[in-house]
Amino acid sequence: MTRPETQQSVRLTIDGAPVEVRPGATLLEACRQMGTEVPTLCYLETLTPVNVCRICVVEVERNRTLVPACSRIAEEGMVVKTDSDRVRHSRKMILEFLGSSVDLSAAEDEVGEWMRQYEAEPDRYGPQSEPSAAGERDRRHPGHHGEVNGRTAEGVHQPTKVDNTLYVRDYSRCILCYKCVEACGIDAQGTYAIAVAGRGFDARISTEMDLPLGDGACVFCGNCIGVCPTGALMFRSEWELRRAEMWNPDAQSVTRTVCSYCGVGCNLELHTQDNRIVKVTSPQDHDVTNGHLCIKGRFGYDYVQNLGDVDRSSIDEVLAKARRPSPE
Amino acid sequence: MDLRFTDAQPTAAEREAVESVLGPAGVESHQRVRTASNLRIFATGMQSVADRRHLLLPALETVQSEIGWVSEGALMHICRELSVPPAEAWGVATFYSLISVDPSPPVVVHVCDDIVCRRAGALELMEGLEANGRIPNTRWLPSPCLGQCDRAPAAYVQRAGEEDHVLVSIDPQARPMEPDGSIVSTNGQPESLAVPQAGEPHLRLLRRVGTVDPGSLDSYLEAGGYRALEEAVEMGPAAVVAEVKASGLRGRGGAAFPAWIKWEAVANSPDAVRYLICNADESEPGTFKDRVLMEDDPFSVIEAMTISGYAVGARQGYLYIRGEYPLATRRLRSAIHQARRAGLLGESMRNGVSFDIDLRRGQGAYICGEETALMNSIEGLRGEPRNKPPFPTVSGLFGKPTVINNVETLCNVLDIVSDGGSNFASLGTPQSTGPKLFCLSGSVRRPGTYEVEFGATLGDLIALAGGLPEGRRLRAVLLGGAAGSFVLPDLLEMPLTFEAASEAGVSLGSGVIMAFDQHTDFGDILARIAAFFRDETCGQCVPCRVGTVRVEEALARIRRDPQPGDLELIEEIDLAMRDASICGLGHTAAIALRSALELGLME
Repeated sequence: MTRPETQQSVRLTIDGAPVEVRPGATLLEACRQMGTEVPTLCYLETLTPVNVCRICVVEVERNRTLVPACSRIAEEGMVVKTDSDRVRHSRKMILEFLGSSVDLSAAEDEVGEWMRQYEAEPDRYGPQSEPSAAGERDRRHPGHHGEVNGRTAEGVHQPTKVDNTLYVRDYSRCILCYKCVEACGIDAQGTYAIAVAGRGFDARISTEMDLPLGDGACVFCGNCIGVCPTGALMFRSEWELRRAEMWNPDAQSVTRTVCSYCGVGCNLELHTQDNRIVKVTSPQDHDVTNGHLCIKGRFGYDYVQNLGDVDRSSIDEVLAKARRPSPE
Repeated sequence: MDLRFTDAQPTAAEREAVESVLGPAGVESHQRVRTASNLRIFATGMQSVADRRHLLLPALETVQSEIGWVSEGALMHICRELSVPPAEAWGVATFYSLISVDPSPPVVVHVCDDIVCRRAGALELMEGLEANGRIPNTRWLPSPCLGQCDRAPAAYVQRAGEEDHVLVSIDPQARPMEPDGSIVSTNGQPESLAVPQAGEPHLRLLRRVGTVDPGSLDSYLEAGGYRALEEAVEMGPAAVVAEVKASGLRGRGGAAFPAWIKWEAVANSPDAVRYLICNADESEPGTFKDRVLMEDDPFSVIEAMTISGYAVGARQGYLYIRGEYPLATRRLRSAIHQARRAGLLGESMRNGVSFDIDLRRGQGAYICGEETALMNSIEGLRGEPRNKPPFPTVSGLFGKPTVINNVETLCNVLDIVSDGGSNFASLGTPQSTGPKLFCLSGSVRRPGTYEVEFGATLGDLIALAGGLPEGRRLRAVLLGGAAGSFVLPDLLEMPLTFEAASEAGVSLGSGVIMAFDQHTDFGDILARIAAFFRDETCGQCVPCRVGTVRVEEALARIRRDPQPGDLELIEEIDLAMRDASICGLGHTAAIALRSALELGLME
């Protein structure tokens, strides 16, 4: 069923209901337009879809396999199912694969909800394998791997990389969604300081030669942190507060303001706890930033809470640790 | 793009190696240096950068082969020359198993421990090498299938600054490994055994093998070579496409997709720039037929590519060959060179056609046999498959309409042009037309590449290969390779056609027929297959990256101490990998395993 090229919209059926979308719209867009929830992890409105997490798969009639809703363009007459047994099974397995190999404890709240919704049981693959030593995963060569005994479920757990005072990289939490790579490179910052290295289960986000961030091309804009869905990239301040068991989102407030450094007009969201800024984000729907900032807007807030010795509280002790090059 | 490089500099030898690929260093890039001190380079524009990105893998490959490994200095030098972000180049270099980013000895021996080789003594050989201890300037590593299953066990030898080569029919007792990478003695099996049918009159694809000198264009011309190209030019491109359509030719790489659909789509594309790719990244375990064609009849591959490029309107072709095929690479390079000199290839050929071929070497990645991963690999990106649609006929290499076909598929085009599509279609069955090559290996008397007309049965092929050795009884056959499935002797009467295979729920894949006898440890074979897919998945999508690991773990449990639920777990994982993975690797990774478990081969 083809319609003239001048068509104004594309008509398809999703879960039995007809829907009309703009030409070029993705199935995800179509689903959202009609209020159908489709989980996504590697997808973000501001980034090019890489369709690697596969959690958004849906069933399209006459397609041998499921298709990723985030990048499949809606076609006239398509019949789509978003909640079939096949769809539910694949989503459940993907959640189990991630849950059994990655630390999802700091992931976006929806992840936990999906785990329940799709009845994922990551624990059924056995206990977690021992974390690897610092840097060991970064040195793995593609090809043959070590013995597998099946007694544990191999994961990506490893020590957190703490090599600067602004943010940490905890790749135990990394699901390899490529968002940070895209935000650093082609889709936002144009810095290309990180890329995916290695192959297969040993694939990882890496700087060249696994250099510390300060020795590579990183400009510390923190846009990678802004798009990370699992907390693998985290403000050093948040990481220190979590270590001290003082991180408390419920006690935080978010204040929107305009960055004072230059005239661009980037909007900032200051996340404060105990009246201290603990991290800075930017609204993704903001026209100027699309959620992205530069090093000044993202990290240059210390001057507003330069207290000297006055009114120091327990949170200040922890935040002071974040300013030391190496963790204690 | 604002690039930053480390201060590491290349050695003179590394500089020379890079220069051999990229040309004289620095002229262009120095103009882009903003300040000499911090080495921050401002690119003059994304286009000029993108134009040379495809040279990244050839540059890495050349440094690897000349120096033996890729140092930081060499990597940075390449990055500066090509304006590639170092993190991305690192991502590419660490993707390939034949490229080392750690200091390596000048000789590295990759010993195949895949299905056939391990049953032919590879494990014993490796134990011997291990026990032998370190040999100066040498290292050995286990390797996935090297495509030498007809001459197992085999090893691929990289030698810094010298030609790489393959050792075949190695004596498992052989030791020590010499400092030059040779393993003292081989069984001395003559190479010609690889094509036992050589010289038989009924052969089509293999007719020149063993009778025509693969190193001589004159020899090829004397045997009727390049007549098909002449005829194709007389017919005109549209007629060639029509003949291919009439021939019913389907792809021989594994997916069995009708060739004409791709051809017609690209030939009719409004885009003037189009590409033709010959997929010679033959890496499916148990497959070696394309190697035979390329080693023993390289000119036919070049002529077939030329006709195909002419037919679909491509002026540039790429021949992407796996790095582990050094002999085929040398012979193809020589064939390309000779054809160019004779005016049978290049910008202005003597028949007025314009078509040239660029040979690219893979660097150890099974996934690069997947068509879109192969394109990314050529483009200087990581060999990660792309999501489809768009299909390559619409947006392929460099985003242009592209026809990509397997070596054997393309070689059929010669006869299709010479004899006509309908004559080709009269061979075989209506849905599986023409001749077909099969790779016989494992427990058969005469392993090798065999050519039959479609319609021959599995039993016929095994009989062609001399049947099983004395005292051996057929227990199962792995049909189609590691991505195929196991079948029992009750399918010996099955014609090996696409339709009969499909009806039986199996696939011919790349033409692998691997025979196993009653003494086979299937647990060991399955473990090797599971490990293979885990090693070779690109790691891009979750179902395949983690699914292959979980399958391997479940299999390890089943082998040790089967628990209720482990079999079902493998089924569940397989279902998700088939449904939700990006490409064929994930779709097929657990099929062989499941078939073996369901047929009770492990009991």
